[in-house]
Formats: sequence, C-alpha cells, structure tokens
Amino acid sequence: MTTETRVDPMNDLPPEEPVPVMQQLLDNPFLLLFLGVALPTVLYVIWGVMEIVNIPVAK
Amino acid sequence: MAVNRMFRTCPSTGLLFHEPAEKLMKAHAVAAVVSLLVGGILALGVTLTRWQAVHLLSPDWFYLFLTAHGVDMLVLWIIFFEIAILYFASSTLLRCRLATPGLAWVGFWLMILGAIMNNYAIFSGTSSVMFTSYAPMGAHPAFYLGLILFAVGALIGCFVFLGTLVVAKAERTYNGSIPLVTFGAVTACIIAVFTIASGAIILIPTFLWSVGLVEHIDSLMYRTVWWGFGHSSQQINVAAHVSVWYAIAAIVFGAKPMSEKVSRGAFLLYILFLQLASAHHLLADPGLTSNWKIFNTSYAMYLAVLASMVHGLTVPGAIEVAQREKGYNRGLFEWLRKAPWGNPVFAGMFISLIGFGFLGGISGVMMGTEQLNLIIHNTIYVPGHFHATVVVGTTLAFMSLTYFLIPVLFRRKMLFPKLAQWQPYLFGLGMSAFALFMMGAGTLGVPRRHWDISFAGNAMPYEFPGAAWLMMALTALAGLAAVVGGAIYLLITVGSVFFAPRVDVPDFKHVRAAEGIAPAPAPVAAAIAAHHPNVGMAGFVAPGTLVLAMVFLISFILYYFVNWKYLSTVWPLS
Repeated sequence: MTTETRVDPMNDLPPEEPVPVMQQLLDNPFLLLFLGVALPTVLYVIWGVMEIVNIPVAK
Repeated sequence: MAVNRMFRTCPSTGLLFHEPAEKLMKAHAVAAVVSLLVGGILALGVTLTRWQAVHLLSPDWFYLFLTAHGVDMLVLWIIFFEIAILYFASSTLLRCRLATPGLAWVGFWLMILGAIMNNYAIFSGTSSVMFTSYAPMGAHPAFYLGLILFAVGALIGCFVFLGTLVVAKAERTYNGSIPLVTFGAVTACIIAVFTIASGAIILIPTFLWSVGLVEHIDSLMYRTVWWGFGHSSQQINVAAHVSVWYAIAAIVFGAKPMSEKVSRGAFLLYILFLQLASAHHLLADPGLTSNWKIFNTSYAMYLAVLASMVHGLTVPGAIEVAQREKGYNRGLFEWLRKAPWGNPVFAGMFISLIGFGFLGGISGVMMGTEQLNLIIHNTIYVPGHFHATVVVGTTLAFMSLTYFLIPVLFRRKMLFPKLAQWQPYLFGLGMSAFALFMMGAGTLGVPRRHWDISFAGNAMPYEFPGAAWLMMALTALAGLAAVVGGAIYLLITVGSVFFAPRVDVPDFKHVRAAEGIAPAPAPVAAAIAAHHPNVGMAGFVAPGTLVLAMVFLISFILYYFVNWKYLSTVWPLS
C-alpha cells in the first residue's frame, strides 16, 4: 500500500510548524542587536564606570 | 525617488550583485587596500626600528610611525573591508537590493574624510599618541574628530546592512533563516555598534578636552571606556573572519556547516560575551575590583572562547566531510592532503584558521587570566598575540577572500597567479613566526611600544638577556618576510583591479529585480540532511578534525599550565 500526499491546489505550502523560541531569537537581528549592546554596556561599561566613580577621592 | 533595481548575475558563481551595492563594495575594498598599503609601509619602519641592530628611526619618527600603523591597520584597513563584507553578506547573499545606497555613500565619504583627517593629524607630527591615545597624553583635535567621523560613517554602514536585512525579508528573497555567513555578518555588525557607541562615549569628550571645552579627562575612566572601543573593534574582526572561513569553505569545497544550530549558537555566544574580553587590558589597573575583572574576563570571556573553539572545529569539520564525500575518505588526513593547497583562497583561509587558533586563541586565554596576565602585561607579548589574531587571523582571511573577489566582484583576471599561490604561505607563515617570536621576547620581559630596550644613554640602563635580543632580531626577520608577502598581495590586487584584462562574460546582462531574483535557497534542514552518512571512520564523520582538535586542546592545556609554573618562578614564595 502506498501513501499518497494530497496537495491542496489552492494552497500547496506545507502546514506551518511552530518556530522554536531559540530560532525566533536567532532570526530577529534587532533583538540580537539589543542584547549584544545592552549586555556589555551593563556588565563592562556601566559596572566599570560605577566602580571608578566610587573610588574615594584622596584628601 | 526612483529605486535602482538593476542586478547582474556572476556567470561563474551565480551570485547576484545589486549595482549600487557592487559599487559600494568596490569603493570600500579599494579604500581598505590603500589603508593596508600605508599601514604596511609604516610596519616596515616600526619593525626595522625594534630590531636593535638596525634601529632605523629616531624616537619622534618611531612613535609617529607606530601611531599611524596602529590606526591604519587596526581601524581603517579592517573596517573598510568589513563594511564591504556586510554589503556582500546582505545584498549579494540574500539576493536583494541594498537599502538606501545614497546613505551608504554618505557613510563611505564620512569614513574617508575621517581617515584623512586622522592621518593628517598623525603625519603632521602633533599626534604621536599611539593607537590607544591614553589621556592625559593629548593629540591634535583632528585626531579625535577624524576617528569620530570615521566611526559615524561605519555606523551608517551598519544600519544600511540592517536595513538590507529588512528589505530582503519584506521582499521575500530568502526562505527560513538567513544564511550562516550572513548571520556571522549580523554578529560582526552588532559588535560594531557596541564598539562605535563606546568610542563615541569616550572620544567625544576627549575631543572637547583637546579643544579646551572640557577641563579634565580621568585617565582610568578613559582607559576603561576606550577599551570598549579599542578591543571590541578587534572582535568585529573575529566575527567577520569566521564568517569568511565559512564562506570560503562553501566556495571552494561546497562544504555545508556540520550543524547550523551549533554554529549559530556559537555566534550568539560572540554577540553576548565577546566584547567583555576588553577587560583583559585593565587586569593590572588599580581601581577596578577583581569581581569586575574576573567576571568580564574569565567567566564571560570563556564563553566566547568556547564559541571560537566551536568554529575552529566546525569549519575544518565541514571541509573534511565535503572532501570525504568527494572520495577522499581514506585514513585520517587524506582529505587534508588532497586539499587544493595551490589555491590561495583555500591556503590563506586554512593558515588563518590554524594561526588564529593555536597562536592567537591560546595566548588570548592566557592573557585573559588575571594572575597570568601579570607575567606579560604591557610586554611585546601583547602585540604578538594581536598580530596572531588580527593579522594571521583576520587580514589573511580577508586576503584569501580578495582572490575570490577579483574575478567575481571586480570582473578582472588575476595577475601573477603563480605568485598568488605563494603569497599566503609567505605572509601567513612569516606573520605567524613574527607573532611567535614577539611572544617569546615578551615572556622574557621585553616591553611593548618601546623605542630602545637597552635604555642606552639613560641613567639606569637595563640589560636584557641575549635571548631577548635574539628574539627581537628574529621578530624583525620574520616581519620582513611578512611585509614582502603583504607587498605581493598589494601588487596582485592593485595590478589585477586596475590593469588586468576584464573577465570575458559573454552572457553578461543587467537583470531587473523582478526577473533576476533566483529561487530561494533550500531550507537549512535540507542542507543538513544532504550530508553523506557513509563517510568518516569509527562512527565519526570528521575524525581527522577531531584529532586536530585534540592536538589543539592538549597544546592549550600544556601552555596554560606551563605559564602557571612560570608564574611561580617569577614570584618565588618563601
């Protein structure tokens, strides 16, 4: 017995599968841009600057 | 306003070039090569001065040359070329029109203006502050303004690239996810945006300080924020040259990534963590806590290192699988022995990969360890490391790509093809030896950025061991070999682009976008399934790459622990 794939002539696209969350992230360059700028800005620049600002001034 | 939708299809590769994007790519590539030419001439002067037996330049000229060499190579050559790659990876690979070409030209001319202004400030002799330009050492205002204008131009290029991704998606020129090479370019673009923002945060107030509008620039604040620009600018290179590796593997071998998911995951680690490695420049600075230093280097940086190791495994792995599928399936390394070593596109890319991993990668992790950093901080080891990453890794990868682009993008025949076969070996191996000897000299304590390590004529001269002098001489000899290799590259590229006969393209015609857009590429899943299941050995599809990875891992571990042993001898405890 053979299985036959029926194609709807009105819509020959395969049924849409849900896109995994990780792929949604990787497919969104602007979300990646936000993460790629925000993370180092907080962890490197802002944290570093706050440490320097908090160094006591010599008297 | 009418939109230029004219395309041409490359008859040999099938690549689709949007006319305005093509012109922009050419302009950026030419500007990059001119910067490389200037930087290369300056490199000769620096190398021959640091060779103590020759000691070519006077101190004033040495620091001028060193400053211009740093800016022209680390910023101008690299970023001009990277913007060309961004346009190629978006418009050409996604087969769509470039977004806002007019704005892209504004960006280009701003970059040119900034480059000229900065170089004018340096060559006028008023800005010999070196690439880092640490405040309170002041340069001419044009030095900072030039860098700012260049950065603004590059930022415009980044947003044109992002806009082109939007255009491609809106006009449905591809199915599913963007190709991996384009995703790597997205990574480079994101790191570039952070880099330029950091540069703006510190260079704008420094410019205002140089014209007297700001009273004081705190030196530690400057160093901290500046390295967000200075080191991250080199991380753009890493993402860009890894993308070039994937592209060349596909171009030369038709290789498909071993796992798209893993490779994209590795690029994601770059996006999140690579910029944080900037902190390793501040490991010896007081004022910043160990929490900040260790988090930004060890903890976060190692995730980016993991990503580089993934790419270092998957790129040769993909080549191995492609070669084995072609029948080179015997033993561990037939695929590598039968690789096209006479093709400069492949040879340069593979030397770039090995040199970046073994020399640049391992030394980078060592330098990023707070305790070990003390052994080599501010020694010539540091330029040894970044010549391995930026020159062997990035520059050689870009050179390899150029050999592909001369007929494809510039539509010219390549001049001196025999010389081109030798060029990657001369440049790549010369520069690898150069980096290695520098690291050797740095381990013996030879300082970086120093005109005369003997301190001759000073009140307190210092006598380095003979081995250090030998290392510096060997550095210079290897550097000369690399300079000759670089000159050959320039001869071939400039000669080919301007003087070689045009590639004969009988079927050449301009194609309207509506007619010229080819069917969308196969989805990623289909590409993965295309791998042949019957290649490899002992259940591994790429056993040779696995062995190479193990060699790398053992080298890495040995070198890392040798340095801990060395540290214990530097500071003996009793």
